[in-house]
Amino acid sequence: MSYLKISNLTVNIAGTSARLLRDVSLTVQPGEVHGLVGESGAGKSMIGKAVLGTLPRAIEIVSGTIELDGTDLLALSPAEHRKRLGQSCALIPQDPLTALNPSRRIGPQITDRLTDILGWDAKRARDRAAELLDEVQIPDPQRVLRSYPHELSGGMRQRILIASAFAAQPKLIVADEPTTALDVTVQKQILKLIKDMQQRHDTALLFVTHDLGVVSKICQSLSVLYAGMVVEATDVRSFFREPAHAYSRALLAATPKYTDPEASLTPVPEEVIAAVKAEVDAADARLRHG
Amino acid sequence: MQILRSLLFRLASTAATLVGVAVIVFFVIRVVPGDPIAMMLPPGATAEDIARLTALYGLDKSIPEQFFIWASGVLQGDFGTSITARRPVLDLVLGRLPATLELSIMALVIAVILGGVAALMGTRERGTKVEAGIDVANGMALSVPDFLWALILILLFGVAWPVFHISGRVTPSLDLPFVTNFYLFESLVRLRFDLWVDIVSHMFMPALALAIPLAAIIGQLLKQSLKETMHLDYVTLARTKGYGENHVIIREALPNAILPTLTLVGVQFTFLIGGTVIIERLFSYEGLGNMAIDAVINRDLPLIQGIVILFAVLFTVVNLVVDLTYALLNPRLRHA
Repeated sequence: MSYLKISNLTVNIAGTSARLLRDVSLTVQPGEVHGLVGESGAGKSMIGKAVLGTLPRAIEIVSGTIELDGTDLLALSPAEHRKRLGQSCALIPQDPLTALNPSRRIGPQITDRLTDILGWDAKRARDRAAELLDEVQIPDPQRVLRSYPHELSGGMRQRILIASAFAAQPKLIVADEPTTALDVTVQKQILKLIKDMQQRHDTALLFVTHDLGVVSKICQSLSVLYAGMVVEATDVRSFFREPAHAYSRALLAATPKYTDPEASLTPVPEEVIAAVKAEVDAADARLRHG
Repeated sequence: MQILRSLLFRLASTAATLVGVAVIVFFVIRVVPGDPIAMMLPPGATAEDIARLTALYGLDKSIPEQFFIWASGVLQGDFGTSITARRPVLDLVLGRLPATLELSIMALVIAVILGGVAALMGTRERGTKVEAGIDVANGMALSVPDFLWALILILLFGVAWPVFHISGRVTPSLDLPFVTNFYLFESLVRLRFDLWVDIVSHMFMPALALAIPLAAIIGQLLKQSLKETMHLDYVTLARTKGYGENHVIIREALPNAILPTLTLVGVQFTFLIGGTVIIERLFSYEGLGNMAIDAVINRDLPLIQGIVILFAVLFTVVNLVVDLTYALLNPRLRHA
């Protein structure tokens, strides 16, 4: 049985008919890494936010369900919803420089969920935090736990955020472009670290990225999004071998090849865009009448 | 080392400020019209009487000469003698200082509480009618100056519905066992809650009048920076940990959002202390401000000088305290 099951999720800007997600359905199995790919504004991050209940106030879920381990999250009261997510899900944010509170020490920022939401005692939470920092290869964990974010490098902070995400042994982690804000040399290490941690803890991962190269390294399955609509959902192997949708093929062709830096970049052809836009309109028409 | 150096620099610049204030006030009050000697003597005094009294207070000498006599006295802790009260200026001024300090601090506390609650509620209810209501109240509080609030409060809670005292610092018939002039503080220390209640009911209205405009400023600025902070990634991350709105606002957003407000409160608090001059007059509150107005009316030159110097010292101390608090709250500055 799938751990996360999103069915027919439609999201609008509140009070308008401007759609941000159109009838999105996807599933993530326990321990599976599922990639969400697409251009900027395709709604990748929006899905992650909907799952974690962090959609801005100006955005509303119009229809659909988000089931976590068989429970429909959207049917829960807000307080239960939060608690449920805090216990079983976590976020690895995009920008390590802004995702840690500058006026709080690192230690409490890792242990607060354990003590406040999961009810651990302080000592056990502190030991766990030190153990996690060790696991993400941060030297001298005790000193780092006492540090403030501004005393640490970007790479260190991203490791801390990864450690923090795994702290409560979540069943599902949403990784929102976790390597985009890092420089290329650090990206590779962080990606490997996330993959190692994910395998060791057997956590399902919803991996939001615009980088198909990253998808090929870490994901088992993926959903390709365009304008808030899933145009193709498949496993990674068949996607890279023979993408089913014309837009997927164009997206794959548009990925720069590091092996051939001289090759010119291929944009997604006009007729593919036109075709996928027609599909979006058809989906909108279906949503209006259904 | 760094801290010591910046502290020394601060002290030096404070000293320079005080010298400047002393010079300006000394010369200005001697240049503006009004003769203290003429105020003291009955009509029909002879020219000899006037000359004798003028010489007695040293006012026959040239202004620079007078200044150096006064300044060398000040450096030895002698601020001169009040012309009207015929007592040392320092005693008079220090005797009144506690009353003004207690009033200003009470006003500050009220302003921080009112403004803080408005900002936190407005942030929690952002985008709703509650926030709009808070904005309207803030705008009203801000567009009416403190002395008008004082008159409004006197009419409402002193006349129409008399629940608070509107005159003086304490009911005159009460027997006060105090050794200091910090009545509010000392009544608490002595556990004389009967006196404490009486003192608070005298102070509350002038303090509230001073506090309302400052509360509005705090409320507006703090709400603005809180709302900006609420969009930041670490706030979102805290939500995903399972924390609710109240916790996120108070523990994640507030410590960071409060810094710009703190700077502003420092500046505004000095304005508030300036505002005590009129407010104390309106409520016949026996503080420095009330004394300052009497001193000006009577052309009591040494007393005016003493009060102005004391206000200047007060302002610089407040600014220093704000800077230190700022460094304490912001870990990035603490280590710099």
